Amino acid sequence: MTVVVEAQKLQKKYNDFEAVAGIDFHIHRGECFGILGPNGAGKTTVVAMIYCFNPISGGKLTVLGNDVTVDTRSIKTRLGVVPQENNLDLELTVRENLLVYASYYGIRRSEAHKRAEELLHFFSLSTKADQEVDRISGGMKRRLTIARGLIHTPEILILDEPTTGLDPQSRRLIWEHLRQLKNKGLTLILTTHYLEEASQLCDELIIMDQGIILEQGKPLDLIQKQVGAKVVEVEINLEHSQALVHTLEHLISGYQLAGNTIYLYITEDETEAVKIISSCKHVHTYRLRPSNLEDVFLKLTGRGLDYAEDTMDFTDPKKIGHLL
Amino acid sequence: MQKTPWILQTLKKLATYYRSVNGWALKVLARNLIVFRKTWTTNLAFNVVEPLLYLAALGVGLGTMIEGIEGMSYIQFVAPGVVATSAMWAAAAECSYDSFVRMHFQKTYHAIVATPIHLEEVVVGELLYGTFKSLLSGTVILLVIASLGLVLSPWALLIPIVLILNGLVFSQIAMIWTGIVPKIDNFAYFFTLIVTPMFLFSGVFFPLDVLPQVLHQLAWLLPLYHIVVLLRSLTIGLITFELLYHVLWLTLFILIIFPLPQMLMRRRLIQ
Repeated sequence: MTVVVEAQKLQKKYNDFEAVAGIDFHIHRGECFGILGPNGAGKTTVVAMIYCFNPISGGKLTVLGNDVTVDTRSIKTRLGVVPQENNLDLELTVRENLLVYASYYGIRRSEAHKRAEELLHFFSLSTKADQEVDRISGGMKRRLTIARGLIHTPEILILDEPTTGLDPQSRRLIWEHLRQLKNKGLTLILTTHYLEEASQLCDELIIMDQGIILEQGKPLDLIQKQVGAKVVEVEINLEHSQALVHTLEHLISGYQLAGNTIYLYITEDETEAVKIISSCKHVHTYRLRPSNLEDVFLKLTGRGLDYAEDTMDFTDPKKIGHLL
Repeated sequence: MQKTPWILQTLKKLATYYRSVNGWALKVLARNLIVFRKTWTTNLAFNVVEPLLYLAALGVGLGTMIEGIEGMSYIQFVAPGVVATSAMWAAAAECSYDSFVRMHFQKTYHAIVATPIHLEEVVVGELLYGTFKSLLSGTVILLVIASLGLVLSPWALLIPIVLILNGLVFSQIAMIWTGIVPKIDNFAYFFTLIVTPMFLFSGVFFPLDVLPQVLHQLAWLLPLYHIVVLLRSLTIGLITFELLYHVLWLTLFILIIFPLPQMLMRRRLIQ
């Protein structure tokens, strides 16, 4: 498979702050490549370097065979970008937004019209074509922003948190569209902090935190490798958690504490494990479930994706005690 | 290895800013014109009604109490200055408040630089649009004063060219501020400290020779002063070779500060 993006020791510094700390990855044509991580992990910085908005501070970054420090125009011509914030032209109609964007690429008027109609149809926006953008819903704005990124038939579509802030229905609709685009052979690069989005869409993933890559691979492989197939979530008073872990030692590959919950990664006999847990009188509740990417993330960072911005240490009962 | 002398490097770097005047920048101008086509009624009213109020209050009201200046009626003296100032305000407002809204709130610049267009070309497109707005509102006022019989010479046909220089000057000055100010409220300083003094002391409302010699000479530093001299001379047909100095002054001013708005905008938006 052709490599379309290649990063070697890629680094980005903002003054003294190192947002991306020398990472390596490559993206193949036709795959959906996910960058998963909490806010502040460096995801947006990575994609902004790929679409030539942020200059790189060190290392090497090649996009579609071009070095980003040499020829940004020819890279930008072949990429589509869907930014984190919708930056549509609010005074213009849905269709005009597409046509104006097409003009930036120098697409002929007749061609632009044809392409705009196709995209409006594909994203179910045809009935809204002549509405002003200000008047359409958040989900529609998002779809229009994606359509706009496709107006010049790019080779790669970059999506920075494409569904953040959307309701579940709109989110699923966007996933459906992205899946169809992927099936047509389009290369997708997407950043997200939704693990479900990453596991639904991505063929390849990197998990980032604080500017570095913690792990990379296919979503299922990562889950298998890091936490195994099953997890038991146990709610238990913290002072008894160590004892429970100790009794289960031979049945788990590892565990993670978050607040009053302990996540146990089951390797051996799950029935046996459940039996032990359910008989422990300190356990409030427990739940056996298939493991997912959030477990991987939790294990790698010691934090959940949602807690990532907090520095509060939920594992220390003394610190949390006065809050309760 | 032979090193390129720094002076050549600097010149090469500077040349790239002038090369941003290109087809890509025109696409940005075209985008703004498309939006303008939808909003021009409210836009133009703002730019046109206010100067007309000045003309009425000063020319007709105050003017009745003033004998002629330099052999002209007061309204005749003030009218070309009102053309100049309305064009100045149009460019200054467009490339400050309106550009800031596009840059900061609507993220239009971010949307455009994701396409083949570079940030420098976006800035030039904005300057050209400011110039267009300036030309338009100056021309409308010119037509109004012409219909009032205040344009005496066919040399006035050259006024649009001066208005283009005017538009470029003030679009650039405003865009420099847009590249610097932290918040939209900070434009108040720009208008209070730069635009308003220029408005009052460039010879629009009174001949500058009534001022002390020093202040009179300082007016040479104000771009609007040169515009007002040019417009007044062209409306009454008082053509001298000296007018070319004013054109030269404005042209040099435009060319010298030309890289600044682009440099500042890059420093502001791209880290």
